Amino acid sequence: MLAFLIQRVLQAIFVMLVVALIAFSLFHYVGDPVLNMLGQEASEADRAELRAQLGLDRPVVVQFWQFVANAARFEFGISYRSARPVTELIAERLPATLELAVISAIFAVVMGIVLGIYTAIRRGSWLSNVIMTVSLIGVSLPTFLIGVLLIYLFAVELGWLPAFGRGEVVELGWWNTGLLTASGLRSLILPAITLGLFQLTLIMRLVRAEMLEVLRTDYIKFARARGLSRRVVNLRHALKNTLIPVITIIGLQLGTIIAFAIITETVFQWPGVGALFITAVRFVDIPVMAAYLMMIALVFVVINLVVDLLYYAVDPRLRVQGGAR
Amino acid sequence: MLRKTLLATAVATAMLATTANAETLRWTRSADGLTLDPHSQNEGPTHALNHQIFDVLIYQDMDVEYQPGLATDWYVSEDDPHVWVFEIREGVTFHEGQALTADDVVFSLNRARHENSDMRGLLTSIKEVRAADDYRVHVETHDPNPLLPNNLTNLFIMSREWAEEHGVEAPQDYAAGEETHAVRNANGSGPFRVQSREPDVRTVLVRNDDYWGIDHYPMEISELIYTPIESAATRVAALLSGEVDFLQEAPVQDIERLAEADGIRNEQGAENRTIFLGMDLGSAELRSADTDDNPFADRRVREAINLAVDQTTIQRAVMRGNSQPAGMIAPPFVNGYSEEMDEVIPTDLERANELMAEAGYGDGFRVTLNCPNDRYVNDEQICQAVVSMLARIGITVDLVAQTRSVHFAELAREEYDFYMLGWGVPTMDSEYIFNYLYHTKGGDRGSWNFTGYSDERVDELTLEMGSETDEEARNAMIAEAWEIVHDDIVYIPLHHQMLTWSMRDDIDFQVQSENTPHFKYLKFKD
Repeated sequence: MLAFLIQRVLQAIFVMLVVALIAFSLFHYVGDPVLNMLGQEASEADRAELRAQLGLDRPVVVQFWQFVANAARFEFGISYRSARPVTELIAERLPATLELAVISAIFAVVMGIVLGIYTAIRRGSWLSNVIMTVSLIGVSLPTFLIGVLLIYLFAVELGWLPAFGRGEVVELGWWNTGLLTASGLRSLILPAITLGLFQLTLIMRLVRAEMLEVLRTDYIKFARARGLSRRVVNLRHALKNTLIPVITIIGLQLGTIIAFAIITETVFQWPGVGALFITAVRFVDIPVMAAYLMMIALVFVVINLVVDLLYYAVDPRLRVQGGAR
Repeated sequence: MLRKTLLATAVATAMLATTANAETLRWTRSADGLTLDPHSQNEGPTHALNHQIFDVLIYQDMDVEYQPGLATDWYVSEDDPHVWVFEIREGVTFHEGQALTADDVVFSLNRARHENSDMRGLLTSIKEVRAADDYRVHVETHDPNPLLPNNLTNLFIMSREWAEEHGVEAPQDYAAGEETHAVRNANGSGPFRVQSREPDVRTVLVRNDDYWGIDHYPMEISELIYTPIESAATRVAALLSGEVDFLQEAPVQDIERLAEADGIRNEQGAENRTIFLGMDLGSAELRSADTDDNPFADRRVREAINLAVDQTTIQRAVMRGNSQPAGMIAPPFVNGYSEEMDEVIPTDLERANELMAEAGYGDGFRVTLNCPNDRYVNDEQICQAVVSMLARIGITVDLVAQTRSVHFAELAREEYDFYMLGWGVPTMDSEYIFNYLYHTKGGDRGSWNFTGYSDERVDELTLEMGSETDEEARNAMIAEAWEIVHDDIVYIPLHHQMLTWSMRDDIDFQVQSENTPHFKYLKFKD
């Protein structure tokens, strides 16, 4: 067990280093931050001076080493754009992103499972067909378009929900939440739907496919033959076995939701880390971009690590293999 | 009994509140100000926000006319042409109560000249700033500088006492890696004070009822809520749904829709920015061209390009009418602008092809055009139009459109043969254009001249117009310099950009060409 754990942690560290290297080399192609930081009247000498101040004139290897050393201590320096510490900026923005991600994940999971079961049990009914057809929109339309369409329908035409922002926010220590105010909850609806729609479709189709498969198996037939009610057969016997692959997917998709919040956050002016990242890219705010990319990599690495460990706990075959080596 | 009294008080307070004009204005634009530190960033949205909170000595009003702010009068000293005298308004207090004196002005100007300041580029001519008495400031320049007041319109005055108390005597030092108090806090003397600020999310300003100009300006807004919205579609939706009242940057594609919407109106005006194309005419050989010489070095080729580019079509087809075709690269209100020179040269393909043949490029050539795709209004589409227009005279243009940060970084490294650039003139004087765009590149000057253009007479005139104090002689120099560069066809002017501000239709406000709204002027219609 310990050997397995150490091996996985070493792998995770290696992945983080690779991400750091890739991110770092990307920064040389996004433009020159100094041009954005100094106004158009600045002279070449002013720019060279600032470049030196920021350490941008040092050899790339030195810069990279410095970056990794600082990142290991969670120090990402100061934002070039807003002149504030990056860790503070991210800490301030993270609650908004996490709330949005969790709510849209819940929305996607609950709706996905319910609709998946329905379309599997009532296969071929007109409502199932409608759901399946409409769900195609969820996978085929780009997120920003869905967001804009929802805004125009629910904010502009109907005037029911706000078009942008997070509404009123309540501070709870270092966490700020929009879940406790009416305006905060109303603001959450459209972005959560936009962000969750793709995952909803994915989960729904997965549940449906698995469910159809399970419904064909012998033990379901026997259960039916025993005279159990449809409800018990479908929800207790069939659904349970359907959920195993679904849970794996949900775990992995949570990381994707956090990462893909970028687009949704930009469309809805949602004050999360994704919007922070986009603004940073425009400004070539390297410290913020670096910190964000590292954070997302960390999220994925941690999720994968947890999944691996869970497999290890669940699947005896892995343990045997590990022991034999 | 008690309840009745309470109720009566409540009603009375409510009535008082309405009579005292409790009007909220919710303002949006695409980007937030970067910082409240007034000397840290020389950037449009940052200045626009800080103008609500701070005062400057001299400001440009909604018609971009120079108006007295904290300086009631300014003139060149009779004893010494190197010294500008500024008379400071008396009885002004900062939001936290400190009295504003000449000392604060001296402190602020010196702070803006500090090496960490992004504003120092505008103040390089200054040798020393000193207080002559409590309400008079002397600014001594190295050479006589007729344009000094024009350079002060975004130089905000802050309190020395406050700065010292909070350890922000100097602007933010990026290398130090720490946030200073001035980044999110401000103590100005302007028409609004900061009530709360969450950068990039929401800034709430409230009316400063002790403002020196409270009776002089309408000052009808009691609360100003600023929420930047980056996505253009969302910004427009927020105005259409009534979640904001004032939209500073209406996207071109939505102008018509906004005009037709109920309860919303548009205000339009010329922006202080001209869009043009630059060519490397100095190098012996172009980097991207398929020729082994430099076609742009030949004036006839440049003239042919000017004749082939159809500014009027760009205005109609690409800008949907929201631009003003240009013949010179100075916006209309800048000193030195001439209508005659701004006249667009009519497209003449026959003549253009003749010129190309004469220059020895009858079969055309191939070159790369570099454009930003998120900096100017419809920048990429304009370049696409240029590509097809130049194809008609045999020039095959490969278009590379990139995000602004990459475009300007590569431009600054002088990697471009043919590029798009936009230019605004904050000093409202042609000297600024010559200094940055036409003067030979090198030293402090010509820093945005990526054409390789170099003309001795233009360089000479540029230097002279920076220090000549006789207005007539100075204007003659400006005219002469324009004459030369116009004749040399250094740039291909495209158009002056237009600004559109959209607002609730009961708002009485006009466009300011610097894209800096002064909300103290905003009025609500009854």
